[in-house]
Amino acid sequence: MSDAIATRGATTAAQTSIGRVAPWGVWIAAGLLLAGLPLVFRSGTALTMLSLMGIAIIFALSYNMLLGQTGMLSFGHAVYYGLGAYFSVHAINWAIAAKLPIPLLLMPLAGGFAGLLFAVLFGWVSTKRSGTAFAMISLGLAELVGSSSLILRSFFGGEEGVTTNRTKLLRLFDWNFGPQIQVYYLIAAWCLLSIALMYALTRTPFGRMCNAVRDNSERAQFVGYNPQVVRFIAFCLSGMFAGIAGGLASINFELANSALFSAVQSGNVLLATFIGGAGHFVGPILGAVLVTYLQNMLSDVTEVWQLYFGLMFIATVMYAPGGLAGLIMMHGPIWRAGALSKLLLAYAVLLVPIALVAVGAVLVIEMMTHLGVKAAEGTTMKMAGITFDARSWLAWALALILLLAGGGLARLAWHRVAAAWDRAQGVAREKGLTI
Amino acid sequence: MSALPEERRVRVAALEARGLRKNFGPAEIIRGVDLTVPKGERHAVIGPNGAGKSTLFNLISGLLLPTAGEIRLDGAPVNALPAYKINRRGLSRSFQVTNIFPKLSVWENVRCAMLWSTGEKYAFWRSVEANPEIAQRTQQVLSEINLIARKDLPAGVLTYAEQRALEIGITMAGGANVILLDEPTAGMSHAETERAVALIRRISEGRTLLIVEHDMSVVFGLADRISVLVYGEIIASGTPAEIRGNPKVREAYLGEEAH
Repeated sequence: MSDAIATRGATTAAQTSIGRVAPWGVWIAAGLLLAGLPLVFRSGTALTMLSLMGIAIIFALSYNMLLGQTGMLSFGHAVYYGLGAYFSVHAINWAIAAKLPIPLLLMPLAGGFAGLLFAVLFGWVSTKRSGTAFAMISLGLAELVGSSSLILRSFFGGEEGVTTNRTKLLRLFDWNFGPQIQVYYLIAAWCLLSIALMYALTRTPFGRMCNAVRDNSERAQFVGYNPQVVRFIAFCLSGMFAGIAGGLASINFELANSALFSAVQSGNVLLATFIGGAGHFVGPILGAVLVTYLQNMLSDVTEVWQLYFGLMFIATVMYAPGGLAGLIMMHGPIWRAGALSKLLLAYAVLLVPIALVAVGAVLVIEMMTHLGVKAAEGTTMKMAGITFDARSWLAWALALILLLAGGGLARLAWHRVAAAWDRAQGVAREKGLTI
Repeated sequence: MSALPEERRVRVAALEARGLRKNFGPAEIIRGVDLTVPKGERHAVIGPNGAGKSTLFNLISGLLLPTAGEIRLDGAPVNALPAYKINRRGLSRSFQVTNIFPKLSVWENVRCAMLWSTGEKYAFWRSVEANPEIAQRTQQVLSEINLIARKDLPAGVLTYAEQRALEIGITMAGGANVILLDEPTAGMSHAETERAVALIRRISEGRTLLIVEHDMSVVFGLADRISVLVYGEIIASGTPAEIRGNPKVREAYLGEEAH
């Protein structure tokens, strides 16, 4: 345990030194990556998914301003996302109707403004409290806005929502934003800008004090800061970026509807942030990309994709509370000590039994789903190209053997991984890269 | 003629408590404390366990609201102010149980402690590194508390003595004129205590210090004046020599210590 903490500390130190050496290199590389991605992933589906990822990244990073940076657990972040979407749609429709010379490029600002405005309003109340009380208030506000969206039909458009046409605005460089590729670049530009701004924010006096309030809000008071004000500012800025993400979503779908306010939306951003890792700035970016990908791919493959999603979340909470980013960062000192390759070998050995367990678990889950949910379709099912009977004892026996044998082997391999980890840590410690 | 210096001393009192009381339900923990600490004085509060020393500190620093009475900082009443406003007026405190920012690096701990006093406040539009004075002063504080070599580690992994030193570093970083230290050497070895006392002596130079301490050698070596708190009341206040010779104190407190 203390090892893990020490490692984290050493990586933080390393991160800052990297930041000092190449402050601009990272951003130029990120820009080139975003610009180049459509050249590799050309299909329409891929472009749509990349667009969704860009939106999810902004949304998750804005959420992490609360969760990871300031230590505020919100169950209602979709409120600002959804309001951002609605205000953007209305702004676009208004600009079209009034023939205002405003390009689509600027429309996410309407979403950001709405997010900021309502975060000021709701945050004024909710950030007076912290911890559980704050979480409960956020849940209540989400319910309030969610149900209002169905009642106030003139603004929210009832169940159907409000549609728009993104191609009818002032054109710059002859871009009408009809093709998805143009929308992708719009989202990518806003994504890069938002990431840069949110990162810069963590390097300001306010950003540093967010971390201080997260760690110990009592102590923050005795160095002159009012934790309520810190939480309030964090909440407002977070709402603004969530609003920008919502605005981009409404441009992408040419629609804003009440589903944007749903608890599912608020839950997803929490999952993405946590799975990616709330403790590191890049965590939510990784989480947003992974979760968006899984949501779109898994839902094609299996009907119970949300179950797998939940299992993944539980596994993260239990075994990798630092998320993906935490797992990666743990290996920083070991990598610099040159001891990573042996450790990776141990991981590869562990991967085999884990894969067995995973296949066994998937088999059990899918057979149960088939027999339970899809009972009407009979007992014959197909997985990975193999057709079999979900009632046959052979299939169940195979699944059970995979689970048990894989589990047993995983235990053995786990000891080897633990030993390899200790050795690698020892090497890193000898070289003074960790304590 | 002799009345004038006395009057001036009272007028410039850095810290003053009048008729201070604190009840927790029916339990009266502080029962009418009067305390005056003139500017530049090192003042120790001693007393047996449960006498209310930490509660007194919590009242002065704004962690608790007094039930009755008044607290003045540089002559201005502060007893109704929240802790952060009292801190902004130049009073800083340490805690008996180490109270740091565990996940932040040692460097960040000290830097965060001076952001308000250097005028950074809630600024979210400029880099924390824009003002070179902050880095300079952080470096200075870290070398004072001898933690330069540990500056990039998360504060939570430091040893106990190092965390105690950091606690003092956070307390002094903001440049407060009045410093309250709550048992700064508690749980330290003899050598560590000596180092801590030297540090406290250095940082309290030219400032006002109010310190709660159990180690009598620390108290008598450091304090200009001592107040003895017993069951929520100050039974004696005076120079170390006066306190040593006070029969009431010997009976209530020092007598017990001697066993």
